[in-house]
Amino acid sequence: MKMSNVLGGAALASLVLALPAFAQEVAAEAPAVVEEVASIDTGDTAWMIVSTLLVIMMTIPGVALFYGGLVRAKNVLSVVTQVFGAFSMIALLWVAYGYSLAFSGPTEGGLSAFIGDFSNLFLASVTPDSVSGTIPELVFVVFQLTFACITAALVVGGIAERMKFGAVMAFLAIWFTFSYLPIAHMVWSGAGLFFNLGALDFAGGTVVHINSGVAAVVAAIVLGPRMGYMKEPIAPHNLIFVYIGASLLWVGWFGFNAGSALGANGLAAQAFLNTITAPAAAGIAWAVGEKVTRGHASALGFVSGAVAGLVAITPAAGFAGTFGSIVLGAVAGFVCLWAVVTLKPALKYDDSLDVFGIHGVGGIVGAIGTAIVAAPSLGGFGAEDYAMGGQLVTQVLAVVVAIVWSAVVTVIAMLIVKALFGGARVSEAAETDGLDLSTHGERAYN
Amino acid sequence: MKLVVAIIKPSRLEEVRQALNSLDVHGMTVTEVKGYGRQKGHSEIYRGTEYAVHFLPKLKVEIAVDDALADQVSTVIRDAAQTGRIGDGKIFILDLLAVTRIRTGETGASAL
Repeated sequence: MKMSNVLGGAALASLVLALPAFAQEVAAEAPAVVEEVASIDTGDTAWMIVSTLLVIMMTIPGVALFYGGLVRAKNVLSVVTQVFGAFSMIALLWVAYGYSLAFSGPTEGGLSAFIGDFSNLFLASVTPDSVSGTIPELVFVVFQLTFACITAALVVGGIAERMKFGAVMAFLAIWFTFSYLPIAHMVWSGAGLFFNLGALDFAGGTVVHINSGVAAVVAAIVLGPRMGYMKEPIAPHNLIFVYIGASLLWVGWFGFNAGSALGANGLAAQAFLNTITAPAAAGIAWAVGEKVTRGHASALGFVSGAVAGLVAITPAAGFAGTFGSIVLGAVAGFVCLWAVVTLKPALKYDDSLDVFGIHGVGGIVGAIGTAIVAAPSLGGFGAEDYAMGGQLVTQVLAVVVAIVWSAVVTVIAMLIVKALFGGARVSEAAETDGLDLSTHGERAYN
Repeated sequence: MKLVVAIIKPSRLEEVRQALNSLDVHGMTVTEVKGYGRQKGHSEIYRGTEYAVHFLPKLKVEIAVDDALADQVSTVIRDAAQTGRIGDGKIFILDLLAVTRIRTGETGASAL
């Protein structure tokens, strides 16, 4: 997108490009024509830089520790390295072509509803002086980079403890390109299909969580279960890591949700508050549900519930009122508990670390729940003429498309990777020895 | 010479050590082990998946003694390690063929 056009048009264009995450005003007002070049608000910029840092922390080491503690000691290094590797690789791919395909391109015509173009390949027209809304465009680029990175890192949970490292990286690169980028574009770019249908996804319930949750479970099914799954105990080796990881996720999530307001303002504050109330309610809900059905409220369950609540509030963070967020969180806590404890064993798939149960299902609950909690009558921030029924349909449509799209891309990517690597799984001997030793030549604990 | 091998509950180690001090026992080796006898294990649940844990943590205490002392050591250990609940453990007495002190090369009873 060349900034050398008529200044007003360029400013308008940059506003449109920046509208993504926070532009989900239900009223879908046309952005006001700006008569002067948009300038930078240092408060907004400082906040967005901090938000970006918080989201980075969510991945390294948040997700890494959350997942690392859940696997066996012999595989902990493989998990944290896959997360670290995913972060590094996706960061580079984002800068190379990801930002361009997600957020650049014409606002209509051709494939613009589904994907952007290559006009910003290697950030061609983005300079330190480029502006996006009230922040430097480069800040927006990096902020969105961290979202892409964490989405890929989340998928690692579904294929943990049995996949070749190179295969993991190749799979994530393909999936990022053909699932993350199109869905991000469709939901968040001004040209996107669901953006224009009025789908609400404040911070990425569909783009990040449903997308990664579905990919994880589909990849887990294609890959097959770990040896000994459902026959011998495969217990977490360090629940303190899980606790620390979950806490880092929660704290970092303020950057994820409140940062998606793209400014230091009241909207960010509401999203911030919702990011406390929803997971708090969800954690308690999971604990209560577990106590009632299983006799114990576990530490693992409590933190898992909180993460489920964080996932569910993600699409609703800037649309829900405080009490709506509490209800949404509680519902997500119960539903995700059911998904992990009842649905997964019933369907027998080995989504090792419950990426689908928590992120996938939580994302679906959140995306659909957003339609409900955004209603002004329920304290939400939808427009005066908000129509819940219509919004529900839009949300469900976006959810279904995202599920199908992610699933299909995952299957194809796994098949490609299986062919490229002569099988995506490590050998039985390597799996028994543990990936730390067999893949990385290391022990985590000496 | 005899090797007295006692499997005890970990919480009883300090009592056993102190009780043996009052005898003429000059040392012992302690290993962390897992095992079960009549004490059943327990079950643990992680995110809805239940595991039966059969093996319980215990300590193995090994003491090399003169023949004359073996029964006394066994009794003292039993008194100190007992709680009255299932899982208190067992004491075995094995024949010990030879002993060498590594530092000096002494063998036999003077090496105990």
